[in-house]
Amino acid sequence: MGRKVSLISTVLGAGLLALSTYGTAMADSTLKSIAPPANHPLSEIISGYEFRASETQDLQDDDFENPGYIWVDKGEDLWSEVDGAAGKSCASCHEDASESMKTAGAEFPKWSEKLQKPINLEQKINDCRTENMKADKWKWESEQLLSMTSFVRSQSRGEPVNVQVDGPMAPFFEKGKDLYYQRVGQLDLACSNCHEDNYGNQIRSDLLSQGQTNGFPTYRLKWQKVGSTHRRFKGCMKNVRATPYKVGSDEFVNLELYLGYRGKGLPIESPAVRN
Amino acid sequence: MKGFDVLKLALVATGLAAVFISGASAAETYNAPNIVENTIPKPLAKDAGNAENGRKIVINRKQGNCLACHAISSLDNQPFHGEVGPSLDGVAERYSDAEMRLIVVDPKQVFDGTIMPAFYKKEGLVRVNKKFKDKTILSAQQIEDVIAFLKAQ
Ligand code: HEC
Ligand code: HEC
Repeated sequence: MGRKVSLISTVLGAGLLALSTYGTAMADSTLKSIAPPANHPLSEIISGYEFRASETQDLQDDDFENPGYIWVDKGEDLWSEVDGAAGKSCASCHEDASESMKTAGAEFPKWSEKLQKPINLEQKINDCRTENMKADKWKWESEQLLSMTSFVRSQSRGEPVNVQVDGPMAPFFEKGKDLYYQRVGQLDLACSNCHEDNYGNQIRSDLLSQGQTNGFPTYRLKWQKVGSTHRRFKGCMKNVRATPYKVGSDEFVNLELYLGYRGKGLPIESPAVRN
Repeated sequence: MKGFDVLKLALVATGLAAVFISGASAAETYNAPNIVENTIPKPLAKDAGNAENGRKIVINRKQGNCLACHAISSLDNQPFHGEVGPSLDGVAERYSDAEMRLIVVDPKQVFDGTIMPAFYKKEGLVRVNKKFKDKTILSAQQIEDVIAFLKAQ
């Protein structure tokens, strides 16, 4: 994504947003969007990048300035570090990540034959550690797991999000969809109330996006570090005063799968920068 | 817009920007409102509403946070007004007190499927965080204060 193009679209977009009427999501906006497949709930699919201030976009666009690269670089070191009883590193099996991980980051959550359910990238990394390396799992949101997830997903930068939602995935996709439209918490809001009905609208100081996941793990200025998709889900649920599901839970993996479909075709941006 | 964005960034960076920050909420007894033909004619609290308190509740992110979704011209000194709901300017010309009371207490009874939260309701909610379980967002008195503020818009 060229920096000039994105800057122009932000400026145009900002003008349009100021005019937006209440309660309607912006259709036909000038933000960079892609066309959804048939029967998709959105009329335009837009990355969270498009909704952010140009300063934030600039941070993401410049690999040297992007603070998320601290985690990508740590992940790269870990890639070839031997760990566990089998005496292996990731590189022992997968060799050059820029080739072996080129599309993986765009395809998770993926079907696990062993578990008979979808698993996400964090879970796949831990599966490789316990099964193939005979090493311990990394904790969710640990430095190591965030770093490896950031490194692997950044290998797929620019690849279109492409999760499988049919076949054995179908029932899990449906569960994720139900969660997306379920109102929860004392504020009684569903993801869809904010991210489907109101993207492009200001909710106090925040400009609502479509809540897409193509940038994760994302460096958030508010967190001052990168965070996982599931950490973000938890935050949104807490904001509506609901009891969040647990990171790594089946519920959040199903929701992540459903969001992958909502963002079908968006380029992977990891590590994205958001406010 | 650019300056605005910079300000926004600064606020976000200091963590002030959460849409709805959790905080203590009404822990008093619940006075079930008496709903008559899409209105609540009787005040919920014994003291009359106080518009100045109402103003603070409307602004406060841990209380009404009405500004999250609504613009209100008399609060122009506050930096961020939402675009999710209609402007509340002149709202008292469109609705009676009794109508406004139901809108704030339980807006789904007035606007089908609305995003606006019910500010005085405990039933029919799913997975409420235990900090807020069996509590209403605002107290009966706070509802009256908000109505008093809305009357002056
Ligand atoms: C009260 C409004 C609200 C609700 C309800 C809500 N969110 Fe969000 N969400 C936000 C705000 C505000 C942001 C930050 C700005 C943005 O990207 O939209 C955000 C950001 C996100 C992001 C990050 C987008 C990016 O580009 O980095 C994701 C993913 C997300 N939300 C998913 C969800 C999911 C899943 C749910 C339901 C469990 C949900 N949200 C419910 C307000 C909400
Ligand atoms: C999460 C969003 C949100 C919040 C927070 C919110 N509202 Fe609303 N409100 C709306 C929307 C949207 C409507 C329009 C009804 C509809 O179409 O759903 C509305 C409608 C109204 C109306 C009727 C306005 C008219 O002209 O028809 C009043 C009065 C009102 N709100 C008052 C309040 C007050 C007072 C608060 C805070 C105590 C508040 N709202 C908080 C979203 C919100």
